[in-house]
This record gives sequence, structure tokens and C-alpha cells, in this order.
Amino acid sequence: MKKTVFLGALTVAGLAAGASAAATLDDVKARGKLNCGVTTGLVGFAAPDANGHWDGFDVGVCRAVAAAVLGDAEAVEFVPTTGKTRFTALASGEIDVLARNTTWTLSRDVDLKFTFVGVNYYDGQGFMVPKGLGVSSAKELDGATVCIQTGTTTELNLADFFRANNMSYEPVPIETNAEAQQQYLAGACDVYTTDASGLAATRASFEAPADHILLPEIISKEPLGPLVRHGDNEWGDIVRWSLNALISAEELGVTSANIGEMAAAAGDNPEINRILGTEGNLGEMLGLDAGWAKAAIMAGGNYGELFEKNIGENTPIGLSRGLNAQWKDGGLIYSPPFR
Amino acid sequence: MTDFSYVRSEMLDEKAPPSSSTGLVGWARQNLFNGVANSVLTVLSLIVIYFILAAILPWIFVPTWNGTSLQNCREILTAAGSVGEHGASGACWGVINERWQQLLFGFYPDAERWRPILAFALLFVAVIPVLFNMISRRMNWVLLLAVLGVGIMTRGGAVALVIGVAFLAAAVYVAFKMFGTSKGDRALEIAEGAKRLPNPLIFSAIFPFIAPWLLWGGSVWVPIGAALGFLIGYGVYRAFVGAIGSLGALILAVIVPIVWWLFLVGSFSSLMDSILPFGLEAVESRKFGGFMLSITIGVVAIACSLPIGIVLALGRQSDLMIVKALCVGFIEFIRGVPLITLLFVASTLLNIFLPPGTNFDIILRVLIMVTLFASAYMAEVIRGGLAALPTGQYEAADALGLDYWKAQRLIIMPQALKISIPGIVSTFIGVFKDTVLVSIIALLDPLGLNNAIRADANWNGIVWELYGFIALIFFVFCFSMSRYSMYLERKLRTDHR
Repeated sequence: MKKTVFLGALTVAGLAAGASAAATLDDVKARGKLNCGVTTGLVGFAAPDANGHWDGFDVGVCRAVAAAVLGDAEAVEFVPTTGKTRFTALASGEIDVLARNTTWTLSRDVDLKFTFVGVNYYDGQGFMVPKGLGVSSAKELDGATVCIQTGTTTELNLADFFRANNMSYEPVPIETNAEAQQQYLAGACDVYTTDASGLAATRASFEAPADHILLPEIISKEPLGPLVRHGDNEWGDIVRWSLNALISAEELGVTSANIGEMAAAAGDNPEINRILGTEGNLGEMLGLDAGWAKAAIMAGGNYGELFEKNIGENTPIGLSRGLNAQWKDGGLIYSPPFR
Repeated sequence: MTDFSYVRSEMLDEKAPPSSSTGLVGWARQNLFNGVANSVLTVLSLIVIYFILAAILPWIFVPTWNGTSLQNCREILTAAGSVGEHGASGACWGVINERWQQLLFGFYPDAERWRPILAFALLFVAVIPVLFNMISRRMNWVLLLAVLGVGIMTRGGAVALVIGVAFLAAAVYVAFKMFGTSKGDRALEIAEGAKRLPNPLIFSAIFPFIAPWLLWGGSVWVPIGAALGFLIGYGVYRAFVGAIGSLGALILAVIVPIVWWLFLVGSFSSLMDSILPFGLEAVESRKFGGFMLSITIGVVAIACSLPIGIVLALGRQSDLMIVKALCVGFIEFIRGVPLITLLFVASTLLNIFLPPGTNFDIILRVLIMVTLFASAYMAEVIRGGLAALPTGQYEAADALGLDYWKAQRLIIMPQALKISIPGIVSTFIGVFKDTVLVSIIALLDPLGLNNAIRADANWNGIVWELYGFIALIFFVFCFSMSRYSMYLERKLRTDHR
């Protein structure tokens, strides 16, 4: 213990910033593990099970990247981060990639010097009300009491929305989602507002979910996606195209069930062939082996499979695809071509 | 003369007190119903207690221990007929059943969980001779041998079984000898030159090296190397004290071990490891969690903060200007900053300041910060004890011709510490409870895990059960600490009140 700490601090302090922009890919390969930052727990997106095995939608992205780089979906060290520690953890190199429902904003991208490699979930702030309230649109909420988490952007969005629609409301400030559930169920507020995915998860935990409805209005844009540090574009490319591989796989009908068959030999669709490495040398360009995308898809399935398994309509959370459908189905999920 | 006397010549026998003032009735009359106001208050309190219990007990005693999810619990509750106005009412204990191990150990590997348990059991063996002087030397060795024996036997395998049985047999032998000879006989034996068992404090001194090894694993030579540093320091002091005087030898005795720890322990342990490899599977700090993490941080902070606090308190009262300024500066700075700020420094600021790639263990960083924080408070508590001592005690020590350290050790500190016991123990309890703050920097202590568990779709929506369980365990620890401090105060009560 003492040895590693002090020697590490001393010697590395001597070398100082010299190697700051070292290749993350080499580090990850040398370590044999991907350090992936996740939340300390968010229903459907990341949570450990009773054996300490992490699961969830964001976790699926980590596993896909690990599989693409190291060939093993289990070669991930999950580093739980809170809203306060996540950015320093990434900036300091404690984690290689942050997949923690983080909204892509200009200041985070530019000022904090991170690269958002894509969007894996389009979220937005919504409203939940009891059915008994008889409200069918957020425009009818004039004078309502609203449970809202303090110090978040949701608070500001809410104020903007009510002002723009010339309505008044009475905020009931709460600290955590768990508190919000209790307050809302106890009738301390008429409306609970937070990210729509969070609302759905909260509603799913109610005893009678059907007694509560999510209003159709979504009042903010929250594109959530994985991010990496500035300064290592090669690594950013790997994470970006691992995510894109999952998205393209769904678009092209490659699933974890049929991938073995499809990857066995080059098929009719050249793009599938390029993704799965039976044609071309896309893997080589990324500095990975030819089967990288196959491994990434096999880790947890393609984008659609990940969605269905963790947050889709058959899970307790029961989110519909909505904005997160493939572009062909009217959603925003869209991958640049593999060429 | 008649034998007529106006004064009774014999005593009357004592009579039994009237039945209304003895037993339960008497106690109740005296304590609960002595007067109208008190009677009314008693009845009111009973009503309040009844309503609280009537609300809580049916909630607690429900058959949901085997529930597999919140939904499942609700079905069980509905089937059992415990339905309130908001639907099924009652606790969902299934979450505790499924996750209690995680709440205790975090992500510590299943196969290695005997290690924290053994370390925890050994902790008691190690602190008992420090905390309680009523336990005899032999009793302590019996405890140690028994814990080790049981610990090794649970490892399974023929060799472990044999060694474990050997330990247990030794324990039984010592216990037999202990109960076979009375205290007086034993004293005689010792007086006649029978060999005493070694002082159990030896084990207490070794324990700080055993415990981290058990928890973090790795080569056994690293803790041995670390321990060697102290021996080297002592050896250097003894070797040079004659040649260059005690101050020079003291400085050398500090510098040489530090050089050893910084530069030589690594090569020493890897060399010895190549000769005689022996170690436990290494477990990363990241796997620590739950109460194991809280207790680790709490115990280290408690154990280190007392000596550091004493030194700081003495430094603050010292006549040496620089020492005094340093101590005052340190104490005031640390006390002027909330613990959570220090934790953020440990987790995020250090991350930014240290060069990238530095592997400065996060738990070690937190341990250092919490220890420093506790030490500053401890220093002030002890300073209070020092200030409460009459000047006469200091003067008496001087008059006896004791030097500074002897006076502190023999006269000042025993009294000052005794005065400060309640303050010291409240600081301990406070520090132990403060360990849950690490959940804010994303370490999965019980509260952090609580959040992670509720993020499981099965258990989303559960609140009271988890918090109740965590609160119960914290209460057990804090309450025992508080009872111990009361015991200690009674034992050390030497004033004649």
C-alpha cells in the first residue's frame, strides 16, 4: 500500500505532465480493463445486482466498448460517480469513458474540454400527475404545486416553461428522487417533474401505476451520451464507432442472435460485411482487430436489444422508443455509414 | 425500686414497607403517578406510545422476508390481508434478505469475505487488552487462539483443519490451565519463576499490520516490510544514541525509516516475495463498500486521531513558537473547513493536482482526510481536559523533578484524558457517523449502496426498510461505544464524590 502510493506520487510527479496525452487505447490494453464511469445508481441505466454485477442501458455502452477494445464484455471496472465527481474523474484520467446519463451541452463540450461521442438516449423534462387531477396537458397546470429537485436545470426549465405560458406555480423543493416519490404519493404536490425516463421509472415503482399519467409535453432537450476527454481523438473515435456499431446493427437487422451466422462469412450486404469485419479493414483503421464490432454487438446486443432489455416496454420502466427510435421509424437515432 | 421504665429498652423489629410502596405498584406510584400532573402526563404518554407502536409494529411484522421484488412484496402483503387505505401496507423485507451481504461488504469478492470478518474479530482481540484491564492475560490469548482457530478451520481443506484444530487445542489448554489454577496460586507460580505468557499488547501492536493485509491482500512481505521500518527506527536510535546524543539519534530514527518506507520496502518485499512467495489475493479499494468501508474508515480515523490529537493538543500548549504556530494553524484550518470539503479535496482536487496516471488509492486519501479532521477536533477536546487540570498538578510534577515527557505521561495525561472521556467518545461517534459522507464522493458506503440498490428495477420505490436497517446497525455500534465510555468513566472515577 504505502509503497505504491508514495512511489507512485513521487516518480510520477517527477515525470509530470509529459505523458498527459498518452494513448488511452494503449493504457486500456495494458491494463486489460476499461475504467468506465457510471452513476451510483439510476433505474434502468446503471445499477449493481445482488452479486455486484452492473447492469443497465449506460452499462451496456461500457460493455460494448470493452468488448470492442479488449474482446471481453466483462473486462470493465465500473467506477461509480456522482453528479459532483463525474467530470473530475474523467478529466483526471481516473476513468477512460463516462457513460452516465450526462446531457450534452456546449459548456461541457467546450469549456470542460470533453468530447461527446454521440447520443445514446434522447431525454427531456416531463410532468407526471395523478389521473384524478383531470389534466391532460401541461398547459392546464396553472396554479399547481410542483415537486422539483433543487439546484438542477429542471428547476430553471420549469420556471421558463411556466413564464412562457403565462402561468403560475408553487414549487415544493425536494432533494432526491426518493423524497420526491414520497412527497408526490403523499399528495404534497400535484405534479412531479423531472426527466421523462426518471418519471417513467418512478411511476413503475408505484403500487398503482395506471392511476398516474405522464403529460405529453416535453419541455427541454436532454441528449444523453457517453463522453471522453479532449486530446485523444483516436480513443474518442473508438468509443464513437462502438456506439455507432450498435446503432447500425439494429438498423441493418444484426442482432446478438444472428450475428454468429452473419459474421461467419461475407454476406450480401456490404455494409454489414464491413461492420462485422468480413470485408474491408475498418477495425485496422481504428487500431482494433477485425472482429471489434462483432464483439461490441455480442456484448449486450444491438442498440434496440439493449433498449428493450433495460428500459423498453417489457421492463418495469416501460419506456417507448419515441425519439429514440431508429431514424427510419421516425426517431432520432442515426448512425453515420460504415464505409 | 420497681422495674418500671419510661423508656423502651428494646428495639422494635423493622416492619415491611406498606405494599403500596413496594414492587411494581410502589415503583409506578413513585415514578409515574405521584401527583395529578404527572398522572395525566403518564396516561397521555402511554396513549402516544400505543399509537406509535400500533402504527409501526404491524408494518414491521409482515411475512415479506422472501419477497423477490417490490411488486412481489405487495402481492404477499395483499394475500396476507395487510392492506391500508393506500393499498398494501407493510415493510418489504425481501430487499434486506437479498442485499444484506452487499450492505455489509459492498463488492468485496464472495470467496474472500472471511478476511474482513476475521479482521473484525481480531480487532476485538486486539483492542480488548487496551480497553478493558479486567480481562486476564491468559483469557486474551485464549480469545486470540480461538478466533484464529475458527478462522482457519472455516477455510476448509485438510491442512487448514489440522492447523485450526491445533489452535483450538492450544486455546482449550490455556483455558483449562486458567480455570484450573486460582489467581492466588498463579501469582505464587509466577513469583516462583514460572514463565508468564507474553503480554497480549504484542498482538495489539502487530494488528495494525495484519488488518490492512487481510483487507487488501497482496504479498505478506509488504506489511512485514512496513513493520520492519519501525524496528529499524528503534535500532537506529539505540545504535546512535550514545554517539550523537538523543536529539540527533531521534532525528535519524525518523529519517531512516522514512527512507526505508519510501524507497526500499518495495524492492525488499518483491525480493522476499521471489524467495518465499506467500500472500492473499489482492482486493482493490474499489471493491470495498457497505459497513465494511464505514468501519474501516471509522476504526482507522478513531485509532489514529487520538495519538495525533494528543500531540497537537500538547503542541498547542507548548512554549516553542514554531511548534505552537504549526499546531494552532493546523487545528484552526481543519476545524474551519467542513469535512465534506476535505473529502472533495481528496477525491477531486487531488485528482486534478496529481499528475495523470497517479495511482493514489481513493480510500487511502479519504482515510487521511478523515483522520486529520478527527485529529483536529480531538486536539481541542484534549486541550479542554488539559485546561481543566489545576496548575498545582503541573507544579507538583515539576517539584518531583520529572522531565516534560515523564510529567505528561505519569501525571498530566492520565488526568486530562480521564476528564475528556465524554468528549473523546462523542468525537469518535461523530467521526464514525460522518463516514457516510463518503457517499457524496461516490464511494459505496451503506448510504451510497442504498441508492444503488434502489436503482434496481425490482426495488425501486423502497425507502424505509433500507434506511431502517442501516440506522439499526449504526445505532448498535454507536450505542456500544457510548456504553463503553460510561463504563470507563465509572472505572476511572477516582475522585471522592
